[in-house]
Amino acid sequence: MNAARRHLFSRPWIWSFAATIIVWIVTVLFTGGASSLDLSQAALTFAAFSVIVGIGQMFVITLGPGNIDLSVPATMTLSGTLALKLMDVQDGMIIVGLLLSILLGFAVGIGNYVLIKLLRIPPIIATLSMSFIIQSTAIWANRGLRIKPPDMLADFTTSNLFGIPNIAIVALILSALAWVLLEKTIYGRWISAIGQSTFAARMTGIPVDGTRLVTYILCAVLASICGYLLASFSGGAALNMGSEYLLMSIAVVVIGGTAVAGGNSNIPGIWGASLFMFLVVSMLNTYGFGAGFRLILTGLIIIAVIFVAGGRQSNR
Amino acid sequence: MKISSGTIRLLIPAASLILLLAAVFYMQPRAMSYTGLNLLFNLAVPIALATVAQMLIMAVNDLDLSMGTFVSFCACVTATFLQSSPAVGVLIFLSAIAAYAAIGVVIHLRELPSIVVTLGMSFVWGGLAVLMLPSPGGEAPGWARWLMTSRPPFVPMAIVASVVIALATHFLIMRSSAGVLIRGVGGNVRSVERAGWSVIRIRAGTYALAGFFAVLSGIALVGLTTSADANIALRYTLLSIAGVILGGGEFVGGKVSPIGAVIGALTLTLAGSFLSFMRISPDWQIGAQGAILIVVLALRLFLNRLEKREKSR
Amino acid sequence: MPPTIDDVFRMNEVTARREVVAARGIKVTFGAVKALDGADLVIHAGECVGLVGHNGAGKSTIVNVINGGLTPHAGEITHAGKGGQHGISAARASGIRCVFQELSLCPNLTVTENARIMHAELAGWNWRTKARALVERKLQDIFPGHRIDCDSTVDDLSIAERQMVEIAISFAGLHEKPKLVILDEPTSSLDAGLAAQLMAYIRRFVGEGGSVLLISHILGEILSTSDRIVVMKDGRVVADRAAPEFSSRSLVEAMGNVVREQEWLRSPGKRGGAPVLSTPPRRGHGLAFEAHRGEMVGLAGLGGHGQTETLLDLYLSRNGNWWPAREKEISFVAGDRGLNGTFPLWSILKNLSIASLRNLSSNSIVDRGREASLGNGWKKRIEIRTPDMENHILSLSGGNQQKVLFARALATTARIVLMDDPMRGVDVGTKQEVYEILRAEAAGGRTFIWYSTEMDEIRLCDRVYVFREGAIVAELVGDEITEQNVLEASFAGGEAA
Repeated sequence: MNAARRHLFSRPWIWSFAATIIVWIVTVLFTGGASSLDLSQAALTFAAFSVIVGIGQMFVITLGPGNIDLSVPATMTLSGTLALKLMDVQDGMIIVGLLLSILLGFAVGIGNYVLIKLLRIPPIIATLSMSFIIQSTAIWANRGLRIKPPDMLADFTTSNLFGIPNIAIVALILSALAWVLLEKTIYGRWISAIGQSTFAARMTGIPVDGTRLVTYILCAVLASICGYLLASFSGGAALNMGSEYLLMSIAVVVIGGTAVAGGNSNIPGIWGASLFMFLVVSMLNTYGFGAGFRLILTGLIIIAVIFVAGGRQSNR
Repeated sequence: MKISSGTIRLLIPAASLILLLAAVFYMQPRAMSYTGLNLLFNLAVPIALATVAQMLIMAVNDLDLSMGTFVSFCACVTATFLQSSPAVGVLIFLSAIAAYAAIGVVIHLRELPSIVVTLGMSFVWGGLAVLMLPSPGGEAPGWARWLMTSRPPFVPMAIVASVVIALATHFLIMRSSAGVLIRGVGGNVRSVERAGWSVIRIRAGTYALAGFFAVLSGIALVGLTTSADANIALRYTLLSIAGVILGGGEFVGGKVSPIGAVIGALTLTLAGSFLSFMRISPDWQIGAQGAILIVVLALRLFLNRLEKREKSR
Repeated sequence: MPPTIDDVFRMNEVTARREVVAARGIKVTFGAVKALDGADLVIHAGECVGLVGHNGAGKSTIVNVINGGLTPHAGEITHAGKGGQHGISAARASGIRCVFQELSLCPNLTVTENARIMHAELAGWNWRTKARALVERKLQDIFPGHRIDCDSTVDDLSIAERQMVEIAISFAGLHEKPKLVILDEPTSSLDAGLAAQLMAYIRRFVGEGGSVLLISHILGEILSTSDRIVVMKDGRVVADRAAPEFSSRSLVEAMGNVVREQEWLRSPGKRGGAPVLSTPPRRGHGLAFEAHRGEMVGLAGLGGHGQTETLLDLYLSRNGNWWPAREKEISFVAGDRGLNGTFPLWSILKNLSIASLRNLSSNSIVDRGREASLGNGWKKRIEIRTPDMENHILSLSGGNQQKVLFARALATTARIVLMDDPMRGVDVGTKQEVYEILRAEAAGGRTFIWYSTEMDEIRLCDRVYVFREGAIVAELVGDEITEQNVLEASFAGGEAA
């Protein structure tokens, strides 16, 4: 009994799911249950975007203290912009557009790591500088008319399968792949080892630079895919479409129970945290709070969640 | 002669600043005047203060992602309450500083990651700012305006203020016995604890001090811009971190340099002015800023290598 | 004027019965582990107490209880006969200072600033001058002829210098001298000359009425410096007698481990054929390094003279940082577990298997079954003392963690194993068990490159390179490997520290 409880409570993502369910109930109570399906679908859809970028960010954060990718929002914007431009509303180009996005992710990831490695600067500064450059490219590419996504792609991103939004299914598949990568493969062991002690990892024969490079590429590719989907979902790319995902990608990772000190990561938690973050905002909307109150409460809830759930898990 | 690693850490950002300044003067010789310098470094003072605040947080191995929203909040308070009813304004600032100390306590007690707690706080400060000033407005208190726009003889206000900030914080953090404790916590918490100090008090004090400098930053900013809005200083979060790093500070280990941080802030401000002198298309302004950041960091790496080679010889 | 022997004796008589600190009937448990099980330790003014015992005997725990860092679950602590207050501040107020085994200075601060951290009374306008004078005087006092600049950052000092600074700061006192200084392995990074200076200072300090609690694995130091020796075992004090009543042998016997005085069977005549590993002379002078199949090559000399760097160079030059190696040809056993050995968030099993994952997986997916059987195999072979390999690595004692690191290296297919002073701080019993396995592995054709700071281990090697100032200055083969020869090579040229 005691062991079972310890087992359960040793999983930090339990907390984010518990909080999600509470917020969901509170919101549904207000509307008298009328909108529970809509709310759940919207939550799944918007959470899916956070999940996709969150997973990438989580891999990077797992690499240990100081590892973070601030170029996520700029990458999303540029990817959405370029892909829609290339596809030019033609259904036949959907796959080509996706490939372009992925390729862009590769380029950004390599660029990020080249800066980190060549200039020996902390990732936070390297990815920040990189994001400035990407953002400028996006501004330059975004000139002119707003281009719509191809119809088929727009339909796909906005419709459901058995009541579950397609976007959420995509995110679920990506999460499952990420989970296998993290829990079952050598690569997963390697990033965890690097996160705990880079030098010890090096001395056990782990190719540290190669592994880190792959991780930064992975993060940028996921951000690119997310930008591609988000631009298609919202009917076109906008310059600020990625901006809220900077803080969001970090918040969902940490609220989800991934250790910020590195070495320990958690994919189910990202789902819990992403759903939670969306539901909190919609709950406050439902209750008619103004923008100011909504921000304050969002902030306090983040702190409260991390206060209750996150204590001492970093195990420093 | 042996040069200490602290001096080296200062030398590199100073060289970057001088190099950038030389480039600006070369392109725009008219900038080499009282008015020119004032224009170049106009916005440096609030950024320098915010950078010092961030540096304090980084000295105890934390990171404040709410710096930008907090400075915006302080700017809003300055443009509203501090202007209309100074007593209330001061009271708000005191409670904001107390809140910073409380954040330090919470982070320490529960061993929470500072990035996440301050991330949450950035929403809180942003919300409070929006409540106070839903749309841009307010008015700078006369004295703040006077202070920031005064024209001391020979040297522009921005530079005088930067030097004062650099020297004052250098004394406070690098020379005073209390500053040693702050950096000690960053360097080795356990050793500070074992020596019988209350680390929680040191951390709370450091956060409060950081809050104080951020408040000054908000006031200085409104003194320059005359009005405020809830998003006025959002970019300060990243600018302040970049400033500390450019100034030779490090993310962990309590290795910081106040003079370097101020120089870093000046460099970043100058980079902005440099771009407008270059007549770079607005599309590429942000990108060029990123490029400058990269160039300066590459320069720092190069000088570091040079120094290391000297050392090993 | 140094006190004469007679003075010392007289002072000892006067102060003999004055307790500085007394811990009686102390019990401390960590989970199921009884770290201290009713231990008594009384330290009087004017005596040096030597404390010995295996890893896990409870030495560190009782030190932590005495310096206030740990509150015991049972038993009482009294300072100068008075009970009551307990805690770090109370212990410091009663004049107790501690130099810890792991270096505990702030690396980003200068020597002077570190003194400020340790001495709260260094404050006010003039604190820097006062602090510098304090540390400089004490450094000169303990280590005459040292060359440490008190304004340099600790980061820029060598490990030995850091240890000297830490010791000096602990013995220094602005207004009043410390009453008891606890030294936990104080000579671990000091060379013989500095260690001798420290031991001499301890005798002077004790002679002036101070007390020292000395923990060291170098029994010679304990025997020559202590007035009284306390032996701990399994959380209790098992012997507490005047130092002259002990000898090295009786101390080891009291600690409860029989040292098998065995002669290593060296493997002579294996030097034929091409070396499996070789490097040109370091920094362009000295001898070249080479190692042959099945050989046990020792790296000797004073600590910090390039042995670790040689190992790192050997290792890093043969392990890519970008691509995983197809065949692991070389593996590494760390000496500093915390810094470059264990992965603290992981289980014992994961810590063990990390270097051999490639052989345990198909298509990059790790086979848990094969991993577990590898773990269980090594658990038996190297006797890792744990009920379950899935337990947390930090649940093991230091010696057992070190065994896991050995198993990690030996479980790989690598034919060459580098060892960076891996037995530092490991108890005698563990050492004997590991020696046994190393011998078997070497017989099986594995090559070991072994840097050790301990003479006993150097004597186990087939061939020894002696390092001095970053280069190899001597090569000793077989029976030439004697303490005399190694020391001669380490100190040659009259530059002995």
